[in-house]
This record gives sequence, structure tokens and C-alpha cells, in this order.
Amino acid sequence: MTTLPETTQKKLGLVIDLDTCVGCQACVTSCKEWNTGGYSAPLTDQDPYGADPHGTWLNRVHAYEVGDGAKSQAVHFPRSCLHCEEPDCVTVCPTGASYKREEDGIVLVNPDTCIGCKLCSWACPYGAREYDYKVGVMRKCTLCVDRIYNDNLPEEDRVPACVRACPTGARHFGDVADPQSDVSKLVADREGYDLMADFGYKPQNKYLPPRPKRNGSGVQAIETSDEPTTKAHQTPGSALEKLFSWADQKLSR
Amino acid sequence: MEPTIDRSPDVADEIKTTTCYMCACRCGIRVFLKNGDVRYIEGNRDHPVNKGVLCGKGSAGIMQHYAPSRLTAPLKRVGERGSGDYEEISWEEALSLATEWLGEVRSTDPRKLALFTGRDQSQALTGWWASQFGTPNFAAHGGFCSVNMAAGGLYTFGGSFWEFGEPDWEKTEYFLLFGVAEDHASNPIKMGLGKLKERGVKVAAVNPVRSGYGAIADEWIGIKPGTDGLFVAALIHELFEARTVDLDYLVRYTNAPWLVIQAPGTADDGLFARDDEGNPLVHDSTSGALKSGLLPDVAPALNGEFELADGKKAVPVFQLMAERYASGVYSPERVAAQTGVPAEDIRRIARELAEAAFEKEIVLDVEWTDWAGRTHDKMIGRPVSMHAMRGISAHSNGFNTCRLIHLLQILLGSIDCPGGFRYKPPYPKAIPPHLKPAGKLGEVAPDTPLPGAPLGFVEGPEDLLVDEAGEPLRIDKAYSWDAPVAAHGLMHMVLNNAAKKDPYGIDVLLMYMANMSWNSSMNVPGVIKYLTDKEEDGSYTIPKIIYSDAYFSEMVPYADLILPDTTYLERWDCISLLDRPISEPDGPADSIRQPVVTPDRDVRPFQDVMIDLGSRLKLPGFTNEDGSAKYPGGYPDYIVNHERTPGVGPLAGWRGEDGESFGKGAPNPDQLERYIENGCFHKHHLEDHQLYFKHANKGYLEWAQSVGFIGSADPVVFQLYSEPLQKFRLAAQGHGAQLPPKHHRRRIEMFFDPLPFWYAPFEGASLDESDFPMHAITQRPMHMYHSWGSQNAWLRQITAQNKLFMNRERAEQMDLADNDWVWIYSHIGRVKAQIALMEGVNPHTVWTWNAIGKRKGTWGLDNDAPEATKGFLLNHLISELLPERDGGYRYSNSDPITGQAAWYDLRVKIEKAEGDAAEESLPRFEPLHRPNQKPRPDELEFGAQFRETPL
Amino acid sequence: MHPAYSVIFFTTASGAGYGVLSLTAIGIISGLVKRDMTFGLVAFGIALGLITAGLLSSTAHLGRPERAWRAFSQWRSSWLSREGVMAVATYVPAGLLAILWIFTGAPGSAATSFEVVLALLAVIGSIITLYCTGMIYASLRTIRHWNLSIVPINYVVFGLMTGAVLFGFLLHLFGESIEGFFWITALLLAGGLAMKTLYWMHVDAAKPISTAENATGLGHIGKVRPFEAAHSTKNFVMREMGYEIARKHVMRLRNLTYLLAFGLPLLGTLATIVGGTVMSLFGSFFALATIAVGIFIERWLFFAEAEHVVNVYYGAEAA
Ligand SMILES: Nc1nc2c(c(=O)[nH]1)N[C@H]1C(S)=C(S)[C@@H](COP(=O)(O)OP(=O)(O)OC[C@H]3O[C@@H](n4cnc5c(=O)[nH]c(N)nc54)[C@H](O)[C@@H]3O)O[C@H]1N2
Ligand SMILES: Nc1nc2c(c(=O)[nH]1)N[C@H]1C(S)=C(S)[C@@H](COP(=O)(O)OP(=O)(O)OC[C@H]3O[C@@H](n4cnc5c(=O)[nH]c(N)nc54)[C@H](O)[C@@H]3O)O[C@H]1N2
Ligand code: SF4
Ligand code: SF4
Ligand code: SF4
Ligand code: SF4
Ligand code: SF4
Ligand SMILES: [Mo]
Repeated sequence: MTTLPETTQKKLGLVIDLDTCVGCQACVTSCKEWNTGGYSAPLTDQDPYGADPHGTWLNRVHAYEVGDGAKSQAVHFPRSCLHCEEPDCVTVCPTGASYKREEDGIVLVNPDTCIGCKLCSWACPYGAREYDYKVGVMRKCTLCVDRIYNDNLPEEDRVPACVRACPTGARHFGDVADPQSDVSKLVADREGYDLMADFGYKPQNKYLPPRPKRNGSGVQAIETSDEPTTKAHQTPGSALEKLFSWADQKLSR
Repeated sequence: MEPTIDRSPDVADEIKTTTCYMCACRCGIRVFLKNGDVRYIEGNRDHPVNKGVLCGKGSAGIMQHYAPSRLTAPLKRVGERGSGDYEEISWEEALSLATEWLGEVRSTDPRKLALFTGRDQSQALTGWWASQFGTPNFAAHGGFCSVNMAAGGLYTFGGSFWEFGEPDWEKTEYFLLFGVAEDHASNPIKMGLGKLKERGVKVAAVNPVRSGYGAIADEWIGIKPGTDGLFVAALIHELFEARTVDLDYLVRYTNAPWLVIQAPGTADDGLFARDDEGNPLVHDSTSGALKSGLLPDVAPALNGEFELADGKKAVPVFQLMAERYASGVYSPERVAAQTGVPAEDIRRIARELAEAAFEKEIVLDVEWTDWAGRTHDKMIGRPVSMHAMRGISAHSNGFNTCRLIHLLQILLGSIDCPGGFRYKPPYPKAIPPHLKPAGKLGEVAPDTPLPGAPLGFVEGPEDLLVDEAGEPLRIDKAYSWDAPVAAHGLMHMVLNNAAKKDPYGIDVLLMYMANMSWNSSMNVPGVIKYLTDKEEDGSYTIPKIIYSDAYFSEMVPYADLILPDTTYLERWDCISLLDRPISEPDGPADSIRQPVVTPDRDVRPFQDVMIDLGSRLKLPGFTNEDGSAKYPGGYPDYIVNHERTPGVGPLAGWRGEDGESFGKGAPNPDQLERYIENGCFHKHHLEDHQLYFKHANKGYLEWAQSVGFIGSADPVVFQLYSEPLQKFRLAAQGHGAQLPPKHHRRRIEMFFDPLPFWYAPFEGASLDESDFPMHAITQRPMHMYHSWGSQNAWLRQITAQNKLFMNRERAEQMDLADNDWVWIYSHIGRVKAQIALMEGVNPHTVWTWNAIGKRKGTWGLDNDAPEATKGFLLNHLISELLPERDGGYRYSNSDPITGQAAWYDLRVKIEKAEGDAAEESLPRFEPLHRPNQKPRPDELEFGAQFRETPL
Repeated sequence: MHPAYSVIFFTTASGAGYGVLSLTAIGIISGLVKRDMTFGLVAFGIALGLITAGLLSSTAHLGRPERAWRAFSQWRSSWLSREGVMAVATYVPAGLLAILWIFTGAPGSAATSFEVVLALLAVIGSIITLYCTGMIYASLRTIRHWNLSIVPINYVVFGLMTGAVLFGFLLHLFGESIEGFFWITALLLAGGLAMKTLYWMHVDAAKPISTAENATGLGHIGKVRPFEAAHSTKNFVMREMGYEIARKHVMRLRNLTYLLAFGLPLLGTLATIVGGTVMSLFGSFFALATIAVGIFIERWLFFAEAEHVVNVYYGAEAA
């Protein structure tokens, strides 16, 4: 049903660290791999071995360069459904196939009732919904709803596939509504932010910004003392003699 | 009303552990199986390598395993090479044909078999097989991969970057990364960087390109390709200037105090002064006498000139180092222009390194005993760590540059200390490891095995594999004066040399897992010619090519006999301590692959095939006295029962009848079961006191000897100054029994410097830079493994076309815009490609993703696949030979010491592709025809079979 | 946005259908349309035919047409659902009216009060349905070219406008004449033209919803440029929402719209004022022929011009 729940008991989501993501695509393929056999099975692929291979994915990683020339930096940018609190992708749905779970705030598409009108994908500013050309229904990140509560998986594995796979630990999963949760703390410490906050969909997923670089050009350069160099010139003689007498002193100590 | 959903769907009927092989990192995986199909693959949390994580490739394993490009049956060529005309034959026919071909070679001249293998991890088997066969012509891909790193490390500190060590991720306070986009330790490096990020440790990436790891580094040093040696030498210069050098460490663990004979023109000039026992001498400042540098309690001088018994003068290594590196030659100002790194940045980074090493010193309250029996109550750490790979090694000055980086680490006292760069057992080993290459004159004879292993480490001219005239004995010219320290061979020269019969022609080329007619070769058009060259009589110049591949790669159609392999989920494998182990710094580890699904094709694991061939050929190692097969059970049988030396076999875990011993012990029939129970790996955990200073740690060294890792428990003294190199130089100066032919002498004398130095990469130096102003390099995409990725229906959606990346500003000066098509010219040809502009690349450098370009008709892709129509390879532009030198002789485009292929020396010129409107890459080769290619699905719905409810 | 022909045909065809339906019904209410079996058959037939054809074609772009019925369930929140409900609801009075009007009562007899009620409902239903269609687009905050209050009004106006032209032609075809009907047509055409001009002024003025800097939250560092695409071939999002059309192309098509959807139809309609029967028939046909093409272009542009904000993640500087 398409009207949004007043409130949700939890706000489960991903917290993605742009300072740590190296763009390895592990979250992308592990997502595809889990979900093509899971709740959304199958996520089909068109022309898989041909000129125009494209398929349904629930998570994609872009790479951007920010700033110009020497001052620029590169940022890898994973993008999946943000499980917004007030998203039109749910309210525009004519069938109720697109809905937000009252229990945890996860936004889901019911593959058995979706008619594939694509309107929800039009309503998503984040490009998080992908239509399955073969099955004819809309797909999106399920926050691995078939993993996070799954009794057939060991406790520690009840996290999204992408989080489980991420080699750098750039992806975190938890309840952003609970200020005591690790993710909430992380968001607080690192000044996590919403994508397109001004758009008003109130994403549950948060992004942690890249930390300032420490490349000497900026204030952040590691402070070091030139003190040793000055010490070098107390002894007489050529540069090498100085070096050697320093070595002798040092070793005889 | 919300729909109710199944929160706990079944995930698998069965979960089997094995080892991933979507790349050579060899992570532990758990394979979810549902009614016989692979449902899901996840990382094994207990596994030492990946500790549960899985990379982008590993997570796409399913699509590799089910790829339509998989070979289905043995093939025998019936048409011309390259035509793709084959007939499917039975394994019996295939194996008897191979046996016939190989048997003939072995009974006449075993050298005429060249056995070269690619990215596999069964070199312990294939190398052993080659020596049993009796041919010296064996190597794996290391020669074109990263032998510069392996040799640079093993000749300097008995370990290496590459896979024999790693940074102390938990404790390091500063991490300097040279020339790495991904590396073999794909997941460990990512996990490590993640840890550094958590602790806020500074990461600096030295790389002409800023992507991947460089993107998250605190500092990107966009160096000009091939100049790292200058940059590092300047850092060393600064350490000397600032007196931030760990002298105690140098005295304790290195040959810095050893005396070097100064007698120009004599036969022992530049060698170590030694006592009668052959121990290197130092000058003991307390007694004022010359003493053995191997004695524990001497206070050796680091400078001064001392007279030896024979009146010759000698000075300590440290003095020679100071003279070289502290001098102006390598001052930051001097190198700034060439490297493109501003002098003040070099100074600052040197300061930061020193600050991390000395002011953030780590002290562990762990008692340990050094090699001399002196116990220390603490472990002192200099928490600076470094890692380097092909950005360094893939240049013709890579060996020296790699040595310079190790010097830098050692001067900071940061090798195998807390927070530094840590060895992975079985390393450290002797410098160099005591293993000489077999195959000298007289060692190769019909129907006889080699007296030793084909690959090893030379310690002087006497160990070379050359004839009386000093000419090469190996087909790839390894261990000849062309490449004396070619510890991994020169696979990239085999086809060239064999086709030119230089040094001689071969009869059978047996290759495994190397796409030699495409992305693993230089000068691809040339290589294709070598593969198809014919004699007057119409026979092929390389008469017989046997090749084992698992997929329809570009190489397959050029082989005469194709032995189709299984996928990594269908076979036994052994990742052995005798080969390239998966060890971690805190303990040696090895692992296996077990078949988790059964092949649905008529394919066989290559290792089974080699063992079968071994017994068919009656090779000693593979046959019993009675002539029966020694390992009738194939590879698993061999893994369990083969003993290289008594008690030492492919797997180190659970040895002995009771299965309780590690390292050494009788074969244990239940060994594989024990591995499987444990998740298909075994790891031995070192005790705390063994964890650091392994090179000089009695507790570690004695244990390592007891388990057979090393021959003796002597300390490993770091060779800042390399005597073996000086021996080659002396030979070039006319001293000694084994002299290089005249035309080699200048080169040997010049480059075999016992102290590492920088010289300009050969290709650039031999060309007019104004003709080819740009450097062209490649990077590995994290989600693609060389050529294999493109057959993967998921991975190729991420990258089906590679573009040539250029510096935006530079491109705009040449008025080139994003997505323009350009010609890339090198001195041997041109390639047409599409460009993409970016900020984070050195302005003198262009680059592209490696091995995305494909040849039409291969990899189970349609002919109009973007990989073939828009993708491209730089390999077509890289010459395997350097331009003619003195006497018309052409050296291989390699490092003069190790023979490492110099891929990244490539120089190019970029021109807008005017006139020709077609938005397609060039050159385009004839499409390759695949025999009985099964129809490819035009839509995939993998996973539908796992649905509870029908679609 | 990718202009899907099924959707273009749906909105234009049913638009015209509801237009004809409304005008017929109004004609009945006002007594200007005389009861006449053939004309009734044709008018209602064409109206309901176009509406039905439109609705059917709209299901053609559904992934799961067999589930289309589910779309009636979410009228509480979804304009698409409301449109569906209204469309179906409108069939009831319209259908009944058609049957009664065609098959009952003596030729020329005036409408019964019940028929008047039905007619009123049909008109209201038609207009609301058209409005809902417009709101499907107008309610999308992600597309600044659509997210405008003028959009649903335009849908209503264009529906009546195209309906009027078609209705006018039918009148002439059957020699029925309604005093000064062409003035209504001309008025609607002029109004339509004004609204479309207003619309284009709006969208050209509307500033982008977001920028790459804003969307990634990296703007504080500097200008954001794509480095590596997430995938080297187009995915669904790019295919559906990444449709690009050159500005000069847009301008050409806008002028063509002015000409074919408004200008020439107006000309044809005026011809019917001055001309005799033949001339009028020809004029009204000319108007119909041109507006048929014109409204199709107008609707195609409506999609093609629309920029979806998601493109800022795919290389657009702003959208
Ligand atoms: N321009 C450029 N060229 C390069 C490099 C570069 O950086 N730039 N890098 C160089 C380096 S370091 C390397 S190591 C080489 C790598 O290049 P290659 O050694 O050619 O390695 P791959 O392309 O990964 O694969 C070789 C073959 O192994 C086959 N294969 C895959 N899995 C199996 C299996 O399970 N069994 C069998 N029998 N075969 C299998 C594949 O089908 C493929 O044909 O490329 C080199 N070439
Ligand atoms: N995903 C993935 N992982 C792989 C492989 C793969 O194909 N895909 N291949 C495996 C193999 S065979 C190998 S050998 C390893 C190689 O692992 P890497 O060493 O990471 O190999 P490359 O991708 O060639 O990375 C070389 C890096 O050096 C940079 N570079 C080039 N020239 C210079 C230079 O002069 N100075 C400096 N400082 N940098 C330079 C390049 O920009 C590039 O970033 O990766 C292994 N792991
Ligand atoms: S897996 Fe982690 S590091 Fe890799 S792309 Fe995804 S978020 Fe980034
Ligand atoms: S990200 Fe898009 S799809 Fe996900 S909830 Fe928000 S609007 Fe809906
Ligand atoms: S595509 Fe499916 S989920 Fe999306 S709006 Fe239409 S019916 Fe709802
Ligand atoms: S949470 Fe699950 S569905 Fe969502 S991106 Fe991660 S893996 Fe994919
Ligand atoms: S790094 Fe990735 S591909 Fe390589 S072995 Fe590990 S999981 Fe497999
Ligand atoms: Mo390699």
C-alpha cells in the first residue's frame, strides 16, 4: 500500500564512507550475486555477451573527480536506494507494489504485484530504481531484507551482502534512528550527510565525506621539525666529514 | 496492508569451502549450492587472506563458472594455425599424442621442450615436472610480471614486496605506496587501507595516475613514469642530510659496516674484505682491529679507510653509500625537474617519514632473543611501511629502483619491526636464497632429469647458464649475459626467440594459462607472426604447440593441441609453501581448492593431466620402479603423497601419520580431509617472540630451520651493498673465469652496480623524446582480472570498453576533447583509441585499463562486442626488443639485470584521428573462429531457478 | 525523458477522445446537438473509441499488462491510479448516455433530464480524467519541466482543443451545423497556443533542481566531473531518463508545434467561417490533419525536453 507509514519503528540504512571507498565494485557484484537469487530473483541481463550488455543492478559505484588540476581529488561514489523517509517513489505507485515497511523503514517493491509502469523510477531523484526488462517489474535495493533477519544465516552474517563483502569497510549498516547505534555515532563524528537534502525525501542512508587531504599544500600537512638538519651543521669540515663524525658520535654513545 | 515477506528463506542446500581463483590473491570462499547450482559465493571469515571479505571479481565468480566461453573438450588442430579449424578428440587420443610428441623430444634433446606457465599457482608441480623431464626451458610468468620486485627484495633483505611480505597494517604510522593499482594482495591491501583510514594514518601514493588507492590517499605524488629511483634516492639524500638514519639498526642487521676492497683494476676490487674463513671483515673501533662482521660483539666503524693484511685499502659500505646518496647528485633540487616532484615536497615527505619512524617509535614489551643469543626485553618499531609493485618493476630500471626503496626502508630501520614492513614466512631466506638454476652445460641430456630446479638465484658469473662462448643455454636467454639475474625466466621472449631460433629452435612449446597471443605479450602483431612462421618445407617454425586453457582465449586458436581445463570451482589445487604461499606475517599458511561442483564438460584439471603425462613419459618423479604411475589418484594423490625432500611435501599442515606435525612429517592420508574440515586452509601461528625481527630472531630462525623453511639458522644480514652484482661487473672488466662476450661488457659494467642507482629507462633513452613525448602505461581495473574478466556477463557490464586517459589541461593544449578518437604512435606502430580527460594524471603520461581490448570472436563474445570494436591494447605498441645497439645486437625490452619486461617504458605520441570517421579502435585483427561455439543467450535470468514462487 | 510512443499516443488520443466526448455532451445539454442516430454513433463511437484505444495503448508500455487492474487500488495517493479510476468511472455515464442518446427517443427530440445528468457527469469525468493525466507528470518533483501547475491545465485544454477540432470536422462531415461552434474551436486553439507559450516560458525560466556538486555533496571541494562511469554501457536509468535532445532541435520542433498544433488548425477553422460547405469541410479537415501531427510533436517534445534530475549523477552539470 502506497501511503507512507506515519513513522517507522526503525530506520535501517547504509552509511557509506567516501573517504575509504576505493571503487573496487565488490559491493556492486556481491549485491547482484545475492539478489539475483534472492527476494528479487532474477535480476536479468540483456545482451550479456553482445554489443550492448546491460542488466538490472541494485547498486552502482561511480567515480568522480572534484576540483581542478593540482587541487582536485578523486572520489568513488556508491549509489543504491537510500530508503528515504518521505519518498514519492512510494506514493506515486498506482498498485501499492512500491511500499515502505513500517517495521524498519525499508522501501521495497513487491515483485508479485508490480505492473512495471516505471513511474516510481521517475519519482526517484537518485536513480536507485532499475526496471527489469525481462521480468517486467521494477527492482531496487532491498537492504537485503532476506538476509538481515534470516535465521538460516549466522548472526554475524545478517547484514547486507554489500556490507559483508566490502574489503575496505567503507559500508556500514544499522539503525540511523537510534542515536546509540554505531552508525549514528559514525554519522555524528564524521558529519555524515544526506544526498540532495534540499529535495526533502529524507534519505535513511548517509554519506561520510572525504577527510581533508594532508598533502602539504593544505593546512593539514603533518607538522615536523627541521631541528635535525640544523644539528647537522654544528661540526666542522665537509658535508661528508660532518655526516661521519655525527655517525661516530651517535655510535660511540 | 503491507505484504508479508519471507524473512528467512533457505539460502543453500549445502555450503562448501574452497579457494577463490578469480585472481591470484587466493581468498577463502564459501560456495552456496542449491540443487546443484552455485547460488552464492561469500568470503570465508576464518581465512587468513580475506577474513571474510570478497572483492568485485570474487563476487562475480558465478558468471565465470557458467561463462559460454568455457572450453568443452580436447581439440586437435586440422586447419592452419589461427583458422580455428579443430576436431574434438578424446582425452586418450589427446594424451597419447602429447606423450608421443614429448617422448620424442625427451629421448633426443630435452631442451627442445619449452614449458611455460602463466598465472597459475602450481609452479611447484610444473617446475618439478620440467626438471624431471630434463629441460631447463621452464618458467612461469614472473619474468614479465614482477621479478624485479622479487629479485630486488631477495637480493637485498631476503624477502620482498610482491607476496613475501606486507606492511604492519595494525601498527604502522605512515604508509608509502609506490606504483600499485591493485596488486596480488587485492583484498589484504584494501583491508589494510581500511584499517589505516580508521586510525587516521597518513597514506601517500606515488603514482603518475590518481585512481583507486591513490584516490583515498592523503597525498598523491603524480610522479613521471620511470623516475621513482630519483625520487627515492632524493629521500635517502634528505635522511642523510637530516641525520635521520637508524645507525644502530644498520650496524645490527646490515652489511653497512662491512669493508669493501678499494683496488681499482684488480680482481677483488669492490668485493668484501674477508678473513680466512671467508667472513666479511669490519673495523672494530673498540679494539681498533679488523674482525669478522658476523661476530656479535663488535663496535664496527661506519667510515674511514682501513688497510687490509695484503696492504689493500678498504672502506665500510656505509661510507660508499654516504658518498653516493649524500652527495649533490640526488639532491631534491637536482631531481625535481626530472621526477616532476617539487623539491620542497620531497623534503617534507622525507621529514614526515623520519618523524613517523623516530618520533612515533613503537615499543612492545615482548622479550625476544637475537641470533647471537642476546635477549632483549623490548621490540622497538619504526612504524613506517611501504609497498611497491609494477609501477616500479615494469621498467628497465626496476631492479635498481626496487633496491633503492628497500634501502630507504632499511635506513629508517623499518624492516620486520613493529609498524614496519613484515616478512611472511617462509621468508626471510638467505640473500639470495641458496638455490642455483640447473641446466648448465652437461646437465641437460636425453632421458635424464635435471640435477636441480630450472629456476634459482645466481651469485656470480660462475652460476650462469651459458656455453663456452658465453651464449645462452636457455631458450628465453635467462641466466645469460642478457639477463644474468633472471630469477623468473623471460617468458615474454620465448616466442620471439623460438621463431628466430635464437639461440636455437625448439620442437614442442607447452604452455599453460597464458594468453600469449594477446594481452600477455609485447608486440602482438609480431607474436602472431612468430606463432605462424613457417619453414621452406611449409612446416611451422615452432613445430608443435600444446596449450591448456579453460576458456576460448586469443591464444587457443594458435595451438595444435588444446587441453581444456576446468574452472576453479571444479578442481583440486594446492597453494603451497613451496610455491607462492598465502602466508601472513604472523604465520605461514597454505591452502587447497576442492571441487565444489562437477564439470558438465569433457575437461580435466591441468595438474591431473601433467601428472598423467609424467607417468606416461615414465618421468622418474612420476613413476614407480615397476613403471607404474606413482600418483594414480592424480593431483590430490600427489598433493598428499609427494615429498620434495623427506617429510616435506606440497602441504605443510597436518603432516605425519597422526596428522599432528607441521612443515615436516610423513604423508598423512587424511590430510585433505583435515584441510577441508578447517575451511580448506592451514595456518600456523607464530609465538609473540617470533613475530618481528625474523631475520635476526633466534626463536624464529631456529624454528624456521626445524620446519625446513631455511637451511641454517644464521641471521639474514641485509645486503645494502650487493657483492654478487659486483662479481658480474668485475667479469665485465675482464676478471674471473666466466667473461661476458665483448658486446655485453659495457652494459654489464654499467648496470651491475653493487649500490643501487637510477638511470633513465631504455626506451625513452634510445628515442628522441620530442618524437614520443608521452609515457603510456596501463592499470589493472580492480574488478577485472587481465583478459578473463570480459567473458563475465556481470563484470563486462562495468567495463566493456577502455579509453585512453589524458591530462585535461595537456589535452586541451593539443585541442583534444573528451571522447575524441586519437592515434597513439610508438616506435613500432600505432593504435587508434578514444580518449577520456581527467585531472589526476601526470601531464606527460597517458594510461588505460589493462587487457580490456579483445580480439573479435574470442571469449564467447559477439563480434560487435565493445571490447573488440572500441577497446584496445597498448601491447601492440610495446616492442619486445630494444632498438639496435652496438654490433646490431638487439636486447630484449627488459631490465638488464633480471630480464623483467619493461612494459611501462613505453613512449608514445598522440595525434587526433582526423579524416577517419569510424568510431572504432584500430588495428583490428581477423576475427577468430571458434569451433562449435554454443549459442549464447541473448538474455540471462540467472537466479530464476532459485525462486520459491514461479515468475 | 525517453519519449515512449505508447504513452504519446495514449495521452493525445484519449485527450482528443475526452474532448469530443465533452463537447458532444455539452452539445446535448445545451440542445445544440440534435438527436441523430448516425451522428450519435459516430461522435460517441469516435470519442469512446479514442479513449479506449488510448487506455489500451497505455497498458502496452507496462511490463506486466495482465496486472493492470491493480492500478485502480491506490487512488488515495497515486495520480496514475486516480486517472485509471476516473477513466473507468467516466465510461459509465458516457456509455449510458451514448446508448440512450442513440437508441432511444425520436430523432431531433431534446435530451431527457436523465440524459442531461449523464452528460454533465461525462463532461466532469472527462475533465477530471484529463486533469489526472496531467497531474501524473506535474506531481513529479524530479522533473522541473513537468513539476508545474500549468501542466494539468494544459492537458485539459489540449484535450478539449484537439477534441473541438475533431468535433468540428464531424459536424461539417454530417452537415450538422452549430451556430458559431468554430468560435469555440478558434478560442480553444488560441487559448492552447497561449498556454503552450506560457509553459515554454516557465520551463525556460525554471532553474535546475540540482547540480552534480549538490547531488554528490562534494561541492565544497570543487567542481564535480565524472571520472569513471559506473558502467560502460547504458543502464535503465540512462535509457529511460537520460534522453538528450539538442537545444536547436528543440527550437525547430517548438516552431513546428506552433505551426501544426495551433497555427494551421486555426487557419483551417477560420476558413470554415468564411467558406461555404465544401470549403468548410476542407478547412475543418485541414485543421484536423494538421493538429493530429502537431499535437503528436507537442507531446513528443513534452517528454524529450524534460530533464530528469538523476542525470547530475551521470555527467550532467545540472538538471
Ligand atoms: N600492456 C600490458 N600488458 C601486460 C601487463 C600490463 O600491465 N600492461 N601485465 C603483464 C602481467 S604482470 C601479466 S601477469 C600478464 C598476464 O597476462 P596472462 O598471463 O595472459 O594472464 P591472463 O590474461 O589473466 O590469462 C591467461 C590465460 O589463462 C586462462 N585461464 C584462466 N583461468 C584458467 C584456468 O583455470 N585454467 C587454465 N588452464 N587457464 C585459465 C585465460 O583464459 C587466459 O587465456 O599480462 C602482462 N601484460
Ligand atoms: N583486479 C586485478 N588484480 C590483479 C591483476 C588484475 O589483472 N586485476 N593482476 C595481478 C597481477 S598478474 C599483477 S602482476 C599485479 C600487479 O599489480 P599492480 O602493481 O597494481 O599492477 P598495475 O595495475 O600494473 O599497477 C601499476 C601501477 O603503477 C603505476 N605506474 C606506472 N608506471 C609507474 C612509475 O614509473 N612509477 C610509479 N610510482 N607508478 C607507476 C600505474 O599507474 C599503476 O597504478 O596485480 C595482480 N592483481
Ligand atoms: S565494496 Fe566498499 S570499497 Fe569497494 S566499491 Fe563498494 S564501498 Fe567502495
Ligand atoms: S532512493 Fe529513490 S527509490 Fe529509494 S526510497 Fe529514495 S526515492 Fe525511493
Ligand atoms: S513500476 Fe511497479 S512499483 Fe513502480 S510504480 Fe509502477 S507498479 Fe509501482
Ligand atoms: S543492501 Fe543488499 S540490495 Fe542493497 S545494495 Fe546492499 S547488497 Fe544490494
Ligand atoms: S581478491 Fe577477489 S578475485 Fe582475488 S582471490 Fe580474493 S576474492 Fe578472489
Ligand atoms: Mo603479473
